[in-house]
Amino acid sequence: MRESIQSIGQIGLFLVRILLSLRFSREQLADIARQIYSVGARSLPIIAVGGLFVGLVISLQGYRALETIGAGSALGTAVGIPLYRELGPVLAAILFCGRAGSSIAAELGLMRATDQIMALSMMAIDPVGKVVAPRFVAGVISVPLLTAVFCAFAIFGAYLQAVWVLHIDSGFFWGSLRSSVDLVQDFGQCFTKAAFFGVVSSLLAVHVGFHSEPTIEGTSVATTQAVVQGSLMVLFLDFLLTALLY
Amino acid sequence: MTESVAVRFERVTLKRGHRTILSDASVDFRQGSVTAVLGPSGAGKSTLLFAIAGELAPSAGRLQVLDEAMPQPSVRSLFALRRKMGVLLQGNGLLTDLTAFENVALPLRTHTNLPEPILRELVWMKLNAVGLGEAGDLLPQELSGGMARRVALARALVLDPPLMLYDEPLTGLDPIACGVILDLIRRLNDTLGLTSIVVTHHVLETLPHADRAVVIANQGIAFDGTPAELTRTADPLLRQFLDGEPDGPIGFDYRHQSKAVAHA
Repeated sequence: MRESIQSIGQIGLFLVRILLSLRFSREQLADIARQIYSVGARSLPIIAVGGLFVGLVISLQGYRALETIGAGSALGTAVGIPLYRELGPVLAAILFCGRAGSSIAAELGLMRATDQIMALSMMAIDPVGKVVAPRFVAGVISVPLLTAVFCAFAIFGAYLQAVWVLHIDSGFFWGSLRSSVDLVQDFGQCFTKAAFFGVVSSLLAVHVGFHSEPTIEGTSVATTQAVVQGSLMVLFLDFLLTALLY
Repeated sequence: MTESVAVRFERVTLKRGHRTILSDASVDFRQGSVTAVLGPSGAGKSTLLFAIAGELAPSAGRLQVLDEAMPQPSVRSLFALRRKMGVLLQGNGLLTDLTAFENVALPLRTHTNLPEPILRELVWMKLNAVGLGEAGDLLPQELSGGMARRVALARALVLDPPLMLYDEPLTGLDPIACGVILDLIRRLNDTLGLTSIVVTHHVLETLPHADRAVVIANQGIAFDGTPAELTRTADPLLRQFLDGEPDGPIGFDYRHQSKAVAHA
């Protein structure tokens, strides 16, 4: 218990250190842009494919349940609410942990193992400002954007399933979706959660990577921790936010 | 501190955790000289270098670097002091996502506001000084071990620091690359008026290029003098180290080393 509190405190102090290292100089903005490409843009394929399949599945499962009570045409509602409130932000964040969180932790771990972080410090360059902060900020910006892409592809997948496979009228599908999804309750919940998940998953990834043992094994442990701890924290935070805010 | 001393250890004790690496050690590194810091593996040569760079605070004694006491009171003042030092790490520490040119340019981009054409000119000058004027566009993974070491050397020199610290600059290099690196260290030291501290266990290769030699063994300074004095020594500990004898006061296995230290 004491160790858990200690590590939460260390992560909190590390967040303060990251925030204090933000200068938004031209150099740092260029580093952030490069990292948004690396952790955000390069995660697009897995996010898009993941969203598409989730949309296909929830549409199919929702239709089977609704059909038993003769409400198949309300499929848009059954897709939209769980997608925006839960599945979109949670699954996008978990996929982010697997694709980008692991890569951030591995990069930082290898930088430590190959003396790159030590070299920065010896050149009087703050390694947190140079290599950690750009990755953290890129993650915080990328996760909500990736969540939006995930949801868009999920809706597209659900539409394909509903209209082309299950032969539900396209107007019914869009009508029920538009009438049931609320801007504040659903969209707001989706992107509030995505913002929190972005901070937590990125912070955990940079923390475990930056503090890894300077060995191959240390890098491997950090990579695993970024995925496991990041995913579990996303699920825990999802419960907390749902219980407290909505 | 006299003007001619760049780094002074005065009865300094260095510890890593509970393990004492150096105990009550006193030694001066004179300005303008190339000093070879020698000693068996695990003797504490790199620890001494990290203490000079401010990575490890002395547990006891006084350590002065370029007229400033270590440890520095804040990270800001430590970084200000480090701008006057160039450090060549054993693993080079080249950033793998940057080209050789950008690696060398990094300290200039961070610490100066030089216009881009002047910055580029300075970087090319440093790369030419280490014989790599044509290799600026290569990534670190495209460089040989010796070339990567020379890029790291150019990067360490790019701010024209008065003090250069080299941690095992010859490790993993073939004899030709060793000669090139040692010639560079000597030439740059003399032409730029630097003070160079070279931590190494490559005794035979390094001594001809050094002005002074310091040997660390058994938690202390076992020798401090000229390379000629070192090669003439009859001290059994130093002779064992210089001649590479398996038996003698320096133990090969860890337990033996600990016992030797305890009896010293």
